[in-house]
Amino acid sequence: MKARVTVTLKQGVLDPQGKAIEGGLKSLGIEGIGAVRQGKVFDIEVESADKAKAESVLRDACERLLANTVIENYRIELAE
Amino acid sequence: MKAAVITFPGSNRDGDVTRALRQAGATVVSAWHADHDLPAGTDLAVLPGGFSYGDYLRCGAIASRAPIMDAVRAHAARGGLVLGICNGFQILCESGLLPGVLMRNADLHFICRRQHLKVARADTAFTNRYHVGQVIDVCIAHGEGNYVCDEETLHELESEGRVAFRYCDAAGNVSRAANPNGSLNDIAGVFSEDLNVLGMMPHPENLIDDLVGGTDGRGLFESLAAA
Repeated sequence: MKARVTVTLKQGVLDPQGKAIEGGLKSLGIEGIGAVRQGKVFDIEVESADKAKAESVLRDACERLLANTVIENYRIELAE
Repeated sequence: MKAAVITFPGSNRDGDVTRALRQAGATVVSAWHADHDLPAGTDLAVLPGGFSYGDYLRCGAIASRAPIMDAVRAHAARGGLVLGICNGFQILCESGLLPGVLMRNADLHFICRRQHLKVARADTAFTNRYHVGQVIDVCIAHGEGNYVCDEETLHELESEGRVAFRYCDAAGNVSRAANPNGSLNDIAGVFSEDLNVLGMMPHPENLIDDLVGGTDGRGLFESLAAA
């Protein structure tokens, strides 16, 4: 089963990289950009075909390595 | 004092910290990230600077899950000493041995230069050869040294006296201007609750010989060698 895990910075955590990207977009003259926050996307092939099992494996992966839950949130999406 | 210096793939300051510890009189042995145990009789586990796993994912994240880290956690839980310098500090935060996280420097630059630090306490195994308020001249070399934690943790660190060093100028003034990376409260290093684990971004091991510009880093290794 294919899955996508998205890791983003928690609200309130400063994101100097996002700020720099935001500045870069503005300096390109791209109009209408508000704030930019940078995150990470992981495309993961999960062995299990069972959705609940796959989700529990991915949750474990997020908690133990993919995200630092002190500063980051994660979201798990499983392909239909 | 027997110190085990742990090498991870991408560590590059293991040789320097070994030299600093030996100069101070410690016995130093090497340990490998894939080992499951620290060498017998280890008093101090050292996580050196470098770029373990190329800083992939987050600095120190993959190294903090290496097999040796279970042994380091057990060693710390028994009251054993643990020192993490630069990438070692990042690994300690990622492993949960120290609170908080080291984020990208506020100005996004990799900063490599001399830096003054103010010693916050001198009654620990790491700092007893210094005195409180002493200004030491060491080095920094990092892109992710911006110490961040939640408000509650920061309050705990401050009220329990767990800040080890703060960035300051040559005169000892701790200020935003003397803070190279945006760290909360100008924090350059923190202790664990029981003061047996120290993580710090600066490199005291760079300044142990007059030949390379100073010896202010020696105090840390001499403190440890005598512990």
